[in-house]
Amino acid sequence: MKILVCITNVPDTTAKISFTDNDTKLNKNGIQYIIGPYDDYALARGVELKEQFGGAVTVLHVGGAEADPQIRKALAIGADDAIRVNCDPLDSYFVASQIAHIARENSYDLILMGRESIDFNSGVVHGLVGEMLGIPSYSPVMKLDIEGSTATIAREIDGGKETLSAPLPLVLGCQEPISEWKIPNMRGIMTARTKPLLVVEPVSVDDMTVPEKYSLPAPKGACKMIPASEAETLIKLLQTEAKVL
Amino acid sequence: MSVLIFVEIDNGTIKKTSLEAIAYGAKIAEKTGGNATVLALGAADATELEKAGFYGANRVLHASDAKLAHENSLAYADVLAQAAAKEDSKIIILAKSGLGDAVAARAAAKLKAGIVSGVTELPEINGAFTVTRSIYTGKAFATAEIKSDVKILVIKKNAIEVDESQLSTSTAIVEAFAAALRDSDFTATVGQVEKASSELSLTEADIIVSGGRGMKGPEHWQPLLDLASALGAATGCSKPVSDLDWRPHHEHIGQTGIKVAPNIYIACGISGAIQHLAGVNGSKCIVVINKDPEAPFFKAADYGIVGDVFEILPKLTQAAKNLK
Ligand SMILES: Cc1cc2nc3c(=O)[nH]c(=O)nc-3n(C[C@H](O)[C@H](O)[C@H](O)COP(=O)(O)OP(=O)(O)OC[C@H]3O[C@@H](n4cnc5c(N)ncnc54)[C@H](O)[C@@H]3O)c2cc1C
Repeated sequence: MKILVCITNVPDTTAKISFTDNDTKLNKNGIQYIIGPYDDYALARGVELKEQFGGAVTVLHVGGAEADPQIRKALAIGADDAIRVNCDPLDSYFVASQIAHIARENSYDLILMGRESIDFNSGVVHGLVGEMLGIPSYSPVMKLDIEGSTATIAREIDGGKETLSAPLPLVLGCQEPISEWKIPNMRGIMTARTKPLLVVEPVSVDDMTVPEKYSLPAPKGACKMIPASEAETLIKLLQTEAKVL
Repeated sequence: MSVLIFVEIDNGTIKKTSLEAIAYGAKIAEKTGGNATVLALGAADATELEKAGFYGANRVLHASDAKLAHENSLAYADVLAQAAAKEDSKIIILAKSGLGDAVAARAAAKLKAGIVSGVTELPEINGAFTVTRSIYTGKAFATAEIKSDVKILVIKKNAIEVDESQLSTSTAIVEAFAAALRDSDFTATVGQVEKASSELSLTEADIIVSGGRGMKGPEHWQPLLDLASALGAATGCSKPVSDLDWRPHHEHIGQTGIKVAPNIYIACGISGAIQHLAGVNGSKCIVVINKDPEAPFFKAADYGIVGDVFEILPKLTQAAKNLK
């Protein structure tokens, strides 16, 4: 089985976000980067499926060299090789076009990624890639099993869950509990150093969207404390003061 | 030219977030001088679909093929692209949800459209077409220009204020839309569907009562459920609570769960870790009940009560019942 796992390189979940250069760039000072948490689930499941069925897991990242430590981590977790499309991606359409291009050249049975990146939270790359390749895409996938050339999937739907089975190849956006995050072991870290990381240039894509500026939400006002002995007054306050009830 | 709005139908009714999308699309149509046309798929009565008019739509295209009754993002995207081509729509609006994002994404690839998901306000249209959306799970906003001819916007809840007392009185004209369906969109076999149909969905709820590890265990959830039912609220939880199987996974709110934007979010025994806050920072009013006065959640709250949830919840429930 040939599996492609697409990973994002994103500020960790506790990062404090601010901007520089006249609010046109993220202030990367003091920010620690991680593999997107959802992508990490996708990677873990991809590695398990390879261990079960044989084959190979390729990790793909669309972005700059600053992601290389995270790509090496993915290799240490169990991916066999990596591709980085060297660019500063503009938007989801651009990223999806690069992934689709790599996928066309290598034809994978499964293309896994997180349900969304935790920087831009769009959750549209799997759908874009699926359509660009003319194959089905499903998200968010919480359970994935393979039998022969059929995948059985459980995915979250609004207020519930649905199971479905579909023939490979597929593009899947993943989330927990599809697998448990894996922590690389020493041997993994050693072998990751020599696993191939191929750097390729992007294919050209028309500009769909162009970023202009960033902004922060207005600061929150002070919290009004209500004594526990008068807890019931909260309901009145929600109605008459906050006017939300 | 028309603005095309894709709506989600749940049990024969247009979802509330989709009604917002209609109002949003109608506002753009007003600005750009076109019509607001709705695309509805699956089973729904004409009398329900006509209501799109109250929110500003002129027409509703209804593709009622039985094959579209079950949610299928592949086929839905295909029908959306067909409708956009037929109507010559350059602006397409959907409400953000798992289905909305999936349909929007596939339609964007078909139509070679720029797509922006998580839009939080009306676009600016003056020569350039600029939209602002939420990023870093609500910690910031990004403004971008959409350059492509066809533009797809996936809007977040509350991207537009809809005043239910100021709705239009004219209904929309409902027309059948004959979509060409492709077999390749129906290769999946749908098995079990577990859906709590009586439950309010978290993404649509105006009030959410949510519990954390401070609720002590699944057997202690009743006081929280009582308050939720007294307020007509949906229920949510923190990640450890769903990890421990105290509550179903689809109630998990936060960075790695569902992002919600209710008018009132009531957090009971939740510490307010940054990953949890990331899922609730779109709420209009946050109430925190925690026995620890130092709990970080109070910093993000509008109203706070320091105390034992099990003493406070029944008091709130009583007060909520007294309102009615
Ligand atoms: C990558 C990553 C992603 C994550 N994603 C999410 C996410 O999406 N959503 C999420 O929720 N978490 C997420 N987390 C976990 C998060 O960091 C916290 O661990 C979690 O939110 C804590 O849940 P909690 O507040 O229920 O529990 P705790 O932190 O244990 O807090 C329990 C609270 O209950 C209070 N309490 C106890 N007893 C009572 C009582 N009788 N009355 C009143 N108050 C009481 C305590 O004072 C305490 O503040 C993530 C973590 C990581 C690393």
